Amino acid sequence: MKLYLKIWRQKNADSKGSMVDYTLDGVESDMSFLEMLDILNEELISKGEEPVEFDHDCREGICGTCSLMINGQPHGPDSRITVCQLHMRSFNDGDEIVIEPWRATAFPIIKDLIVDRSAFDRIQQAGGYISVNTSGRPVDANAIPIEKEMADKSFNAATCIGCGACVAACKNASAMLFTSAKVSQFALLPQGQVEAAERVQNMVRQMDLEGFGNCTNTGACEVECPKGISLENIARMNREYLSASVKG
Amino acid sequence: MSGFVKSSIARKVVMALSGLFLVVFLTQHFVINITSVIDPETFNTWSHFMGYNPLVQYLLQPILIAGVIIHFVMGFALEIQNKKARNIGYAKFKGSANASWVSRNMIYSGLVVLAFLALHFYDFWVPEMVYKYVEVNPEMPTRYHEETVHKFEPFWRTVLYVISFVLLSLHLWHGFSSSFQTMGVNNKYSEGIKTFTKIFSVAIPLGFVFIALFHHLNPLTH
Amino acid sequence: MGKLDSKVPSGPLADKWTKHKNEIDLVNPANKRNIDIIVVGTGLAGGSAAATLAELGYNVKTFCYQDSPRRAHSIAAQGGVNAAKNYQGDGDSVYRLFYDTIKGGDYRSREANVHRLAEVSTNIIDQCVAQGVPFAREYGGLLDNRSFGGVLVSRTFYAKGQTGQQLLLGAYSAMNRQIQRGKIKSYTRHEMLDLVLVDGKARGIIARDLVSGEIERHSAHAVVLATGGYGNLFFLSTYCMGANVMAAWRAHRKGAYFANPCFTQIHPTCIPVSGDHQSKLTLMSESLRNDGRIWVPAKIEDAEAIRAGKLKPTEIAEEDRDYYLERRYPAFGNLVPRDVASRAAKERCDAGYGVNKTGEAVYLDFDAAIMRYGREKALTSGMKNPDDATVRKLGEEIVEAKYGNLFQMYEKIVDENPYKTPMKIYPAVHYTMGGLWVDYNLQTTIPGCYAAGEANFSDHGANRLGASALMQGLADGYFVLPYTIGDYLSDDIRTGPISTETTEFDEAEKAVRERIEKLMSGSGIHSVDYYHKKLGKIMWNKCGMSRNEKELKEAMKEIAELRKDFWENVKIPGTAYSKNQELEKAGRVADFLELGELFAMDALERNESCGGHFREEYQTEEGEALRDDENFKFVSAWEYTGEPSKSKLHKEDLKYENIKVKTRSYK
Repeated sequence: MKLYLKIWRQKNADSKGSMVDYTLDGVESDMSFLEMLDILNEELISKGEEPVEFDHDCREGICGTCSLMINGQPHGPDSRITVCQLHMRSFNDGDEIVIEPWRATAFPIIKDLIVDRSAFDRIQQAGGYISVNTSGRPVDANAIPIEKEMADKSFNAATCIGCGACVAACKNASAMLFTSAKVSQFALLPQGQVEAAERVQNMVRQMDLEGFGNCTNTGACEVECPKGISLENIARMNREYLSASVKG
Repeated sequence: MSGFVKSSIARKVVMALSGLFLVVFLTQHFVINITSVIDPETFNTWSHFMGYNPLVQYLLQPILIAGVIIHFVMGFALEIQNKKARNIGYAKFKGSANASWVSRNMIYSGLVVLAFLALHFYDFWVPEMVYKYVEVNPEMPTRYHEETVHKFEPFWRTVLYVISFVLLSLHLWHGFSSSFQTMGVNNKYSEGIKTFTKIFSVAIPLGFVFIALFHHLNPLTH
Repeated sequence: MGKLDSKVPSGPLADKWTKHKNEIDLVNPANKRNIDIIVVGTGLAGGSAAATLAELGYNVKTFCYQDSPRRAHSIAAQGGVNAAKNYQGDGDSVYRLFYDTIKGGDYRSREANVHRLAEVSTNIIDQCVAQGVPFAREYGGLLDNRSFGGVLVSRTFYAKGQTGQQLLLGAYSAMNRQIQRGKIKSYTRHEMLDLVLVDGKARGIIARDLVSGEIERHSAHAVVLATGGYGNLFFLSTYCMGANVMAAWRAHRKGAYFANPCFTQIHPTCIPVSGDHQSKLTLMSESLRNDGRIWVPAKIEDAEAIRAGKLKPTEIAEEDRDYYLERRYPAFGNLVPRDVASRAAKERCDAGYGVNKTGEAVYLDFDAAIMRYGREKALTSGMKNPDDATVRKLGEEIVEAKYGNLFQMYEKIVDENPYKTPMKIYPAVHYTMGGLWVDYNLQTTIPGCYAAGEANFSDHGANRLGASALMQGLADGYFVLPYTIGDYLSDDIRTGPISTETTEFDEAEKAVRERIEKLMSGSGIHSVDYYHKKLGKIMWNKCGMSRNEKELKEAMKEIAELRKDFWENVKIPGTAYSKNQELEKAGRVADFLELGELFAMDALERNESCGGHFREEYQTEEGEALRDDENFKFVSAWEYTGEPSKSKLHKEDLKYENIKVKTRSYK
């Protein structure tokens, strides 16, 4: 099939970018979206042009590196997948495809379609851990039984891949779903209770410092999340935060 | 604590609490107004009580006005902050794919409601204040029903009221249930709460529309 | 470089590790503050090592090419992590885990290392649970286990199909805590381009900031390489796109021996290649072989008709199907180990029975399982004489509950419904058992340079068992390396900070810059991928699932020629001192082009078949692998002498004092 691509090109963080048109022929329906871009890049290289840079790594939907806004939707039109799992059979011959980077002030562009998501790392560093040393001798793993329902909920929150689609989809570029997933994972486990109040306050403070927007409960993040992280986690984080603040 | 006041979550909670307070006021307002259709005398009695009870006038009224101001000032502040969080917009953004129109446009439905409030104040609250505190007219416990019905005589005003209530309904449709999520309520009762808020956000504005149309279609004959 | 000294402690096997820990030198806490350690790679091994070293008090710098340590490819591991906890009370023990791992590795791993791995496996689970890793639990609230191939007990801990992700995020959170404390400085989007030696000791690295393109010097008292495996040598693999051998290979060129490079694991159940555009292969969990039956058409004309699209697999009658694993290995059937299943698939496809358009795919059929489960369910729900459609529906529900997410992933990629038509699968490169040679302390042959996780060679011999990679990565990083490195660093307490303003750093940086300039100045005919794909084809066809002398020799020659062509004609657009993904890839492929030749030479030198290494000349009459313990019970450790083909072989003899070496049979 033949495609008309409109791709954001930007040389580096300081330069001004723009949308550039490309026409790509010979795309097969069983290619993945990123393989389609590989082919475009091969063509560009053979013409002596710089290829389009985009983030990608595992190409099986788990590392969270790939991050493209495709026709106005994070990770493209299909649900519950990342760009690398999107296949060209979701498109038709002659389609126009608009490809942009994640847009958020807290995610500055590095080059072309690559953004800097280190804000996410800093939120995690602010409190996304349980303070236990490796070198110590922790108690036996089965010493504290954990209700299966709680363990499963904690796991579901922990499946976040940190791709940033929630921020990209949110009209306010809010990082509440991402932050709340980690807060919830630990809040739901007895191990995480000890530092719960401090954790949620520190992580929310960092989230605000990074310049993400506020949650207005539109639910776009949950719909676009490749792992289906639930809005329930945001409510839990709000609850945790309020009770932590009330307790001082 | 200062960190708390500045935090995004605290600001959201202020929005939620002020919103819920306004919902309570709206309910009370509706209960009184509906009597204007059922029984003008009751309407007059209750309106007079609200207008002259010192507790209502000097305590609840300022709180209500503060609630309205807090809700919209905070709403604007958050909107500005949210706009800043995405300094460069998308060339193509398909918001409808993942979120309802209503949830994405609270600022606009809110602005319409705010404009309506201005009209509403001009129509009722300002004349009332002038009547009571500027001209210092004597109490007249039977004037309310007539004044109200008179207001709905012009077609344009009735239409503006109807449009405003539709927008209010949309605003409530998202805002009412959203306030529970903001305050961390997400449990086994959530579905029930959500259903209630949806019914409320349609029924109450619809009731107001009914009142406006009723008075427009049934003008006073004398 | 002298004789290989594995430094395995003396004494009884079970006491070696405890004894060693008691006897090695320690660094006191005050002195640890004056010692810097560089950790390259932030996967399970690197992340856990960095966190633990920082907790102990060392100053740690971590480097990863990804934009965050959380994205290392450990995250993609699906199945689970083994530990000899014996929570199921099924007779598991440290010894049993040790024995299974040695046997699974076809008796080509070091006994003392494997025993230590089994010993510390239990600590891993305790540690991870304490960190908040949400492992799967039973209704009673205790941890759940599943069983994996090649063993008789249930010892695998898991978190749905995302165990690697959960363990990695655990290590990442431990790292984050130390970053917050200022004990780890994390360098993301940075790639190590060379190792710097001062007086023969590893004292730092040269790295490239992948965003700015700047070349940086970083010094330390020791360097830990936890940079994963080199399966991307084959271009197509289940590895992530960025996985590379650069750090290990640069160390190798500076004096670290490279061990058993030809030991590669080719996983039997992956989604097959669909065309030349393909960039990556996706694994379908080994657990599918519990219920799926593997087959190809028995008649070659049926296979041809299927490839031409004239026949559907469901139209082939039962008697015209060749369930070749059940036919060849009646005892184990579809559950033979990975290496055996992979070779058998290749044998059928080579004979012309492949079932997709490239001719390289076999069927994995769930029809029998669906009907079997369906009938069981019908019976237990009290249905009498249910019709086929009802049975099928019930069966599909059960299969969905067991493998739903995998079936969905398959459908997304292939666009075929695996409930209705058999899955197509083919083997793919998945893991490399070979890597940098390390002693019992995980130190390479360069003093001060350590290797952990998949980057070293130590624990899996010639074939790795399922759920053992996560175990080894975390064992190395959390429980082994942080202690053994102290033995070396105890001599460095008076050294003081290592300066980067020395001739050694000058020279290393100069060499790196020259190499980049040389890459950028290629005449510009072909892209990097062109060479990578060509290399991959040579590796897959001549050094893949079965190997022979003639083809290995050809491969060595072809790779050397391809390397020469690459350096003359590679085309890299853009500039060296800015973000440039093509330049990043070029540096990695350049090293693969050297390793590939050594890989082929190692396979050529090993005149036996063992584990994943199958030499056609050394097989039984039935076509099974024929090990030669008399002549090849050793680790091949290669010393770089200036050219891959001139590398010098050193042998570490493997001694088995505690177990009897046997022949593996699955008939």
